[in-house]
Amino acid sequence: MADDALRTATLPAARAIRPIAGGEEWAQRLLILVLGGWLLVTILLPLSALFRKAVEDKDGGFVGLANFVAYFQDPALVQSLFNTLTVALTTTIITILLAFGFAYAITRSTIPFRGFFRSIALVPLLAPSLLPGLALVYLFGNQGIFKEWLFGESIYGPIGIVIGEVFFALPHAVMIIVTALSAADQRLYEAAESLRTKPFRIFMTVTLPGCRYGLVSAAFVVFTLAFTDFGVPKVIGGQYNVLATDVYRQVIGQFNFQMGAVVGLLLLAPAVLSFAVDRMVQRRQTALLSARAVPYQPKRRLRIDAACLVLCLLVSVFVLSILGMAVFGSLIKFWPYNLTLSLAKYNLGAAGTAGWDALWNSLLMAAIVAAVGPAIVFGGAYLVEKTKVWPWARLATHFFAMIPLAVPGLVLGLAYIFFFNAPGNPLGFLYGTMAILVVNTVGHFYTVCHLTAVTALKQVDTEFESVSASLKVPFYKTFWRVTVPVCLPAILDIATYYFINAMTTVSAVIFLYSSNTKLLSIAAVNTDDAGNTAAACAMGTMIVAVSAAARLLQLGVARLLRARTQAWRQR
Amino acid sequence: MASGNGKQPYLTIRNIDKFFGGFQALKNVSLDVYPGEFVCFLGPSGCGKTTLLRAIAGLDIQDSGTIAQGGKDISALPPSRRDYGIVFQSYALFPNLTTAENIAYGLVNLGKDKAAIAARVAELVSLVSLRGQEAKYPAQLSGGQQQRVALARAIAMAPGLLLLDEPLSALDARVRLNLRGELKQLQRQIGVTTIMVTHDQEEALAVADRIVVMNHGVIEQVGRPEEVYRNPASAFVADFVGHMNFLPAQRSAANTLRIGGVELTADLSGVAAPAGGDLTICLRPEDVQVRGLQPQQPNVLQAEISGLEFLGAFCRAELRLGNADALGLAADFSTNAMRDLDLRIGKTIQVALPPDRLRVFDAGTAHG
Repeated sequence: MADDALRTATLPAARAIRPIAGGEEWAQRLLILVLGGWLLVTILLPLSALFRKAVEDKDGGFVGLANFVAYFQDPALVQSLFNTLTVALTTTIITILLAFGFAYAITRSTIPFRGFFRSIALVPLLAPSLLPGLALVYLFGNQGIFKEWLFGESIYGPIGIVIGEVFFALPHAVMIIVTALSAADQRLYEAAESLRTKPFRIFMTVTLPGCRYGLVSAAFVVFTLAFTDFGVPKVIGGQYNVLATDVYRQVIGQFNFQMGAVVGLLLLAPAVLSFAVDRMVQRRQTALLSARAVPYQPKRRLRIDAACLVLCLLVSVFVLSILGMAVFGSLIKFWPYNLTLSLAKYNLGAAGTAGWDALWNSLLMAAIVAAVGPAIVFGGAYLVEKTKVWPWARLATHFFAMIPLAVPGLVLGLAYIFFFNAPGNPLGFLYGTMAILVVNTVGHFYTVCHLTAVTALKQVDTEFESVSASLKVPFYKTFWRVTVPVCLPAILDIATYYFINAMTTVSAVIFLYSSNTKLLSIAAVNTDDAGNTAAACAMGTMIVAVSAAARLLQLGVARLLRARTQAWRQR
Repeated sequence: MASGNGKQPYLTIRNIDKFFGGFQALKNVSLDVYPGEFVCFLGPSGCGKTTLLRAIAGLDIQDSGTIAQGGKDISALPPSRRDYGIVFQSYALFPNLTTAENIAYGLVNLGKDKAAIAARVAELVSLVSLRGQEAKYPAQLSGGQQQRVALARAIAMAPGLLLLDEPLSALDARVRLNLRGELKQLQRQIGVTTIMVTHDQEEALAVADRIVVMNHGVIEQVGRPEEVYRNPASAFVADFVGHMNFLPAQRSAANTLRIGGVELTADLSGVAAPAGGDLTICLRPEDVQVRGLQPQQPNVLQAEISGLEFLGAFCRAELRLGNADALGLAADFSTNAMRDLDLRIGKTIQVALPPDRLRVFDAGTAHG
């Protein structure tokens, strides 16, 4: 047999093969380099500038940890650190308890309107973080409706900050815990019941362990949000200083960039820690639910369901009354003396802060971010996930893309000042332009969008690229003709996420705007600073309205897409 | 279609090595594939059959060794510069494109005019019997129909080589049987050189002109289906292709061996063991003879029926051999034989193990 001869015959020594890269491979490599370069310039280099600034003196000389020593020798600044920890911890405990109960009610009870309650809990995502602060001024401020409920305590301080942060952080915690509780295996509960386990023991041995990673993850996210948020303490903090307001004061008030950098690094610390823990936790959570699991079906339990309903109603009242108070405050002619309703505060020009320009700037910025962001993010995720060139470069790019999640907006904004405003930076011309706001916002919210895109791409057949190569169709044509249409819902999701965050963000851009590029969210902060709370409320309400409209538009378009171009999804 | 016959090979694979980290997935693999042949790579999962296919496709290029297609060295070329069509286990149909658009996907890129493309698509659609399904999306098609679309798309550009990676394994058993017949017929009709990867030995026996049996990254045997079935080159092949009895034995003389106290005749020319050395005997269950035994016939044994399994067209009997009750032997008896000889559990019968059906290996080499 010829083949047997073939196997045994002595053949010349095999030569090593170096795959030849075609034009397409080189194009992909180039694109990876461009993407890596973009992430380097918009995230890594600014952050390294921040680190450098923290170990320099005012003249740029290296001073080691002298700035940190100076920081910890200033009792007022150390007090802020303790204040921040106190507020963040309190917020975390309250938020996680509320969010767990709420998420439990949504996923494990049979109460009506669960979908509606869930939407309510997500409403705060549409608002800038200073909005709850403004509403609290009306509710519990010096002339607040429910002032006496505080028994003489002032809302301006830790109480106000904690309430505002709970409002601000609630949707994030609810989303994470709902996801964790949804991944429950009915069979575990049936097994426990067939062993005649008492309900409380089932809760402690099945329910809690099943979602403990979600709870840890949510706790870290909430802690980081409350630790680094700027909007709430700026409005309602009063004399109670926290790190975020310290940074702002050091940099904007006293031009003490070195001390600003030190505080910025302190702000970074818990976020980096929680980021690391979160990565670890998520890796273990995925292995928890097997493919054969049977989804949990909640059964009617009268007393527990009643408690769930009460909790859902209370949380909804909390969220809606804060939002409603902000809206109401913006409509009152002159609080608390003239309670007639008027739209006067919505004449943004009258506030004397170039309000209409700010609205226009915000819309423009959000629109550009919603167009540019998804293009970069989705294209980048495609390169990382679907191409095969340069594994090390794709891994590095993926890692770069994960960093922004650990960087609070305020820190990123500060880093941008140090990097783009440094003398000799050829990109310095960007400083003070709309472009830098766009670049900053795209970078600030990169990670969540990147993960959304990667998740969507992972659900696309891995062999599309191989098939199109065998059919001699270049990868970019298949990307455009197949991958993008298939992932359109996810892309739309990313665009909306970017748009809403661009509308509501305060923390990063507050260091970067110029008089020509002032955003509505920043105008609201400044207007409130100037004592005009009602006009600030009007601006905040406007942001909520635009964000809500964007979300509704997305839902509408998504539905239309499903009906029209995505006909292939139906069987 | 036998190998060689003076033809030039279309695909020449020489000394392929492929590593994944420290794991060597292919070890010095060489193979010739001739024009118009239907070759099956057969083996258990992890044997390297898919790795070899992906090396031929340029999707996971080998670390060393050469591959030439149609006389041209393609060893290091990217997939887009090779000449093949491919069908994956998942089919990888573009979900947002219709049947016709999927089939035309590569044609459109060639810059042909619309009429020519439409004509070619119509031709392909009727070739794979998908008339009337042109405007449907993949999700609206059955598994078998999806498989046909993938096949039509793969052959649309008339490639020199058709690669099939477990194309039938995602289908129901009945659909799989029908489709493998059609696949074979279609391949004959268009005459494209075809390589199919499968772990299903029955499938490989049914469709292949030649079977390449692989295990642990090496080729165990290459041959026509009946060759591989009748004359397995190793105990692994004997075990993997079809059902096989493995019995321990000792060599007693040039062409005799002892099995549980009984002397048997067999061809021991391919065995290295000396007299007294350990051997493994292989015998297919259907080769155990129970009817028409002659008085002087060699290798006749007493056997007790210890178990019976009804399998439709035949019965698989579990036999206990002669005085060596530790030795079990599976034998297939036709339903007729069962009735005529009144075979039932507990009965002792005479069976013959025909010498020309016995395959004997040195004991150490058994079970791959």
